[in-house]
Amino acid sequence: MSEADLQSRVMAALDEVMDPEIRGLSLVDLGMVERVEVDGGQVRVQLIPTYVGCPALGLMKADVERRLAAVPGVESVTVEFLRKPLWTTDRITPRGRERLKAVGIAPPAGSGPTEHWTPECPYCGSTQVHRENVFGPTSCRSIFYCDACRNPFEAIKPV
Amino acid sequence: MTALPRVTTADQARADAGFHRALVELLYQAADDDLILAQRGAEWLGLVPHIEEDVAFSSITQDMTGHALALYQLLEELGEGQADHLAYFREPSAYRCAVLAERPNGEGTYLDSPRFDWAYTVVRQYVYQRFKRLRLEAMVKSRYQPLADLAEKMLREQFYHLYHWEVWMKQLTGRTEEAQRRMTEAWTRVLADAPSLSSLGPGEQEILSSGVLPWSLEKPFRQALEESARSYGLPAPNAWTMPEVNGRDGRHSPALPPMLEHMAEVYRIAPAGAW
Ligand SMILES: [Zn+2]
Repeated sequence: MSEADLQSRVMAALDEVMDPEIRGLSLVDLGMVERVEVDGGQVRVQLIPTYVGCPALGLMKADVERRLAAVPGVESVTVEFLRKPLWTTDRITPRGRERLKAVGIAPPAGSGPTEHWTPECPYCGSTQVHRENVFGPTSCRSIFYCDACRNPFEAIKPV
Repeated sequence: MTALPRVTTADQARADAGFHRALVELLYQAADDDLILAQRGAEWLGLVPHIEEDVAFSSITQDMTGHALALYQLLEELGEGQADHLAYFREPSAYRCAVLAERPNGEGTYLDSPRFDWAYTVVRQYVYQRFKRLRLEAMVKSRYQPLADLAEKMLREQFYHLYHWEVWMKQLTGRTEEAQRRMTEAWTRVLADAPSLSSLGPGEQEILSSGVLPWSLEKPFRQALEESARSYGLPAPNAWTMPEVNGRDGRHSPALPPMLEHMAEVYRIAPAGAW
């Protein structure tokens, strides 16, 4: 198998490693995979951490190691977290944004922290929403309420 | 005067004794402030005014602990030992947190009849985050590139921490007489300890001259507090007197040692939160 083949198998496998805190969203969807290097059977994956103190990072690293070890042709796996570039919410891919909506989480409106932002309700698409709490079940999410369809929903905070 | 060149790796930092010493000193201050104040925050779990606040405060506390651990990681790269060990198993005199961070939340402990002071907590967390913003902004200009990069990332997260406490400050000031009285009292107590935050300790000169930090934090911090006093209708900070014990030189209030003992105990039971 050529290195290019192995590279694409590794990428496909990474796309199966899910964010432990948001079901159905892969590390690729989140824009966390910065670089994958394949040298013979040795694979080096460079990830960008979403939050400095994200408690799921250790788990993600272990999941990547486990998943890639199962890819035929992979002999060893090294996973590194990079300090640069910075992870910002505009790194979430278009597919990632759709997947977020599918689990009832509004994708971020833009990037960069701000006091006021208006996400679209993931259920009905309305922007007639108001924020209930800046912090949700994890520090990357806020709680909103949709005044149109009267559903509470979570939204990814822009960072 | 030409600017000193950037220091891009831990090895480069270790090759320059003065720079290394100053950098290590500042990193301990920043990491210990976040760790210890996050612990004070964690003691509020289940005791805050409402459930939404419980969620928000514990998220902030978790972020702060994460920031502390990332800073201990930088220290680990600089040869100080393992990050977890640095967080939980040093002697109290090795901690460099400001005395403001270690003050108890009120009377009692969270395990035994806590009579905690919410006004004090709001004001202390707000003042700390206001200060932390200034320290991070300075760190972004640090000569030590790994710190500058980390600080840039932390700033984006910290924005929401400060914002959270600004909302509380706004809600609790200028409303009822009782609230204003309590907030003023808390503000006065926090201000008395505020100089401990911007103090860079006995190594201050070296921290500044080596470019670990590009400027002193005291002046911008005092200005920020004056602005806060104006916008929340609180008394202007007058005297800027260092509290008797400020923490930056390793001398701490009696509140710190039992706190550290408890944290180490919890860590021994569940290392790294056992994810
Ligand atoms: Zn809706």
